[in-house]
Amino acid sequence: MPGADKEADLTERIEAFLADLKRGGCGTGPIRGSGETARETTALLRKVTAQARWSSAGDLMEIIRKEGRRMTAAQPSETTVGNMVLRVLKIIREEYARSRGSSEETDQQESLHKLLTSGGLSDENFRQHYVHLKANVIEAINELLTELEGTTDNIAMQALEHIHSNEVIMTVGRSRTVEAFLKDAARKRKFHVIVAECAPFCQGHEMATNLSKASIETTVIADAAIFAVMSRVNKVIIGTQTVLANGGLRAVNGTHTVALAARHHSTPLIVCAPMFKLSPQFPNEEDTFHKFVSPHEVLPFTEGEILSKVNVHCPVFDYVPPELITLFISNIGGNAPSYIYRLMSELYHPEDHDL
Amino acid sequence: MYHRYVVVALSRRKPNEGKELTKEEKQRLRKQKKHQKKQKERKNEKGPSETEKDKTPVSLLPPPQPVATQKAPSALPAPASAPIPVPASAPFHSSPAPSPADKPAKSKAELKAERRARQETDRAAKQPGSSSSGIKTKVPLSELNPVVKRLPEHVQVDDPAVVKRLAKKLERQQIPLRSDYGYKVSLFSHLHQYSRKAPLTQLLSIPSTVIHPSIVRLGLQYSQGIVAGSNARSVALLHAFKQVIRDYTTPPNEELSRDLVNKLKPYISFLNQCRPLSASMGNAIKYIKKEISNIPSQCKEEEAKTKLLTCIDRYIEEKIVLAAKAISKYAIEKISDGDVILVYGYSSLVNNILCEAFEKSRKFRVIVVDSRPRLEGREALRRLVQRGISCTYVLISALSYILPEVSKVFLGAHALLANGYVMSRVGTSQIALVARTYNVPVLVCCETYKFCERVQTDSFVSNELDDPDDLMVTRKGKTQLENWQDVSSLGLLNLVYDVTPPDFVDLVITDLGMIPCTSVPVVLRVKNLDQ
Repeated sequence: MPGADKEADLTERIEAFLADLKRGGCGTGPIRGSGETARETTALLRKVTAQARWSSAGDLMEIIRKEGRRMTAAQPSETTVGNMVLRVLKIIREEYARSRGSSEETDQQESLHKLLTSGGLSDENFRQHYVHLKANVIEAINELLTELEGTTDNIAMQALEHIHSNEVIMTVGRSRTVEAFLKDAARKRKFHVIVAECAPFCQGHEMATNLSKASIETTVIADAAIFAVMSRVNKVIIGTQTVLANGGLRAVNGTHTVALAARHHSTPLIVCAPMFKLSPQFPNEEDTFHKFVSPHEVLPFTEGEILSKVNVHCPVFDYVPPELITLFISNIGGNAPSYIYRLMSELYHPEDHDL
Repeated sequence: MYHRYVVVALSRRKPNEGKELTKEEKQRLRKQKKHQKKQKERKNEKGPSETEKDKTPVSLLPPPQPVATQKAPSALPAPASAPIPVPASAPFHSSPAPSPADKPAKSKAELKAERRARQETDRAAKQPGSSSSGIKTKVPLSELNPVVKRLPEHVQVDDPAVVKRLAKKLERQQIPLRSDYGYKVSLFSHLHQYSRKAPLTQLLSIPSTVIHPSIVRLGLQYSQGIVAGSNARSVALLHAFKQVIRDYTTPPNEELSRDLVNKLKPYISFLNQCRPLSASMGNAIKYIKKEISNIPSQCKEEEAKTKLLTCIDRYIEEKIVLAAKAISKYAIEKISDGDVILVYGYSSLVNNILCEAFEKSRKFRVIVVDSRPRLEGREALRRLVQRGISCTYVLISALSYILPEVSKVFLGAHALLANGYVMSRVGTSQIALVARTYNVPVLVCCETYKFCERVQTDSFVSNELDDPDDLMVTRKGKTQLENWQDVSSLGLLNLVYDVTPPDFVDLVITDLGMIPCTSVPVVLRVKNLDQ
């Protein structure tokens, strides 16, 4: 049956995706960048919407939630997957509300006034069936996909507003967004970039080679020299893995040191993060925040005897509190860290925060 | 009146220090000639009066300037009017005679006499052993005179005149010049950057006639990083010098005190070329030179050599070994049971402290932080684990993760600068910064022989650039930066030192006690007075 084939095909794709996510847990990062992960997730969810059997928005949301839970369980640190699921859920809610005829604003705004006056909010159970819901949802997901494809370019377009000539810019490790950002600015301005190599994975080396190929003056420094050279740096521009709900970052290890050094020298810290990295998680969950990889990267097995007597840690992420960040540059423009909570409420629905 | 006094003084001095006088005279003659050359170059305009002044000091009187320099105390015992072999004595005896006759001669003689009298009084003050008063009168002089420090060559690489001067000096000493390697980051164009694959010894002929073999070996050990760490380098240097002294024989018609110092100069240049000298090595060399030039010239060679060897042994014993014991004693008071101590890299002193504290049955555990590309922390880790101390090991990028567990940070230092900044391995300032953010106390342990009089506020003006190829790493079979030399806009920076501002450091533990970072100039002043 064609239906069964399609279903099997879909399941296969999802399984392949999950396997990729699980495998990408090593320190060098996922096999594909977060942008690709986001696009792949959204494409899969679109397929699920198109192929799964559902009659009302509630059913669809249940299906999406189930798939989302499976995907986030495969690689909890890859938050873009969860973010995309939340975006799709929000899209479904919006489309449902639009189909019902009520305006978007009144239903979405969870102002205190509404909470007090309406009492018994959202008795919605999303059970009504609308004919065009499926088409609308799929169209909205397509719009989301187009937005995702253009995020890097949108961010890179803002580069010239932030980089002037003869600047010294510092960055840490490797971020595709920052790479595109700097390359775009380098087309018109001449500046110098210092890349901290970010041991033990040393992704900074790849970043430096890519930047120097674009004829940007690049210098690679060891992590230990970050504070030593910070006094000559004009701006610090970094990428991140996740932007947390309080405006803090979960970024590659070593970023907190860079942020502290930048604050000591009063150097602005600019984070280039597309909106799909914004996650409703808070940093307080001690046991879920950090991710560790094999200590072989830090102390190789060739060290032999002492290995068994020593604890070796190799954390992948660092928490950077929002007070150390000056500006977020995302595909919708520049924002201060204190505004992140508002953006979050526009992107995700509060009831979806726990999948 | 003056003459009688002088004659009496002469007769008192002649039998005792006949030989010494002549040799001291020779020394002073040479100094005077040098000084005259300088004066002639500088003050050509002042014609006749200068030439007069030039004539008088030729035979007898030292120029007034050396009073303020370091050599003054040792050179002064020589009297003004010494009977050098015949030619000099004649003018001495003849000068008082014509003085009433000629006017310029009169002023000459009067000046001479005044100077002589001044020196007699100084000598008289010195002889009963009140040397301290003499030095006290001299210290204010040196403080008033502007201290003209010459900038060391290794921070002026971008100045072609300085480079040329160094090349000439090395050629004279027959030491090869080491050439820079690789693209240098523009911020550091004033520093050398050498490659470890091209050690200086490749350019030397074997066997080297100019440089002692133990010095050649030492230089190679420095440049390849086999001997690293300021204590290790100083001790190795002193042992090598001991070997040099043992093998040294005074050539005929030369003095040990002068010749040995001259022999050491090319060795020091050679070692400087292999790897720039550390502050501790600089202080050790100053001490040795002072000891050598203080050898009285009537000392026999064997006696002088044994004296020098014991001096060096005593220096090592006092300044390094005993200092380490004293510092451990103070530091152990600061370690309590249940502490989690963070150390960075490999500092022999901090390792010593931890091992001794462990032996005194303090219960603590250690977190060793390490950084690429040197990865010296692994050596510290091995030694601590051997003793049985429970350790954790992380890289410096994981510092923010591990710091909430830490109760104290112990850091070693390469040098303590006079403005309170701590010069240490690169990464130390980062550790102090993050520790300060988490309110963890930072204690720096440093012996007093590493204190130096330089001042520095950032890590750029004076630093050392290591081999840039060390930053390359091969992961999963791929070396990203393999062809970094071919890419013109790519540079690699491998810094060795950085400076930590004093507000990040809570306490400095030295062999003189526990002091705040800002008290370093006080210690330096006390040390200078002692010397």
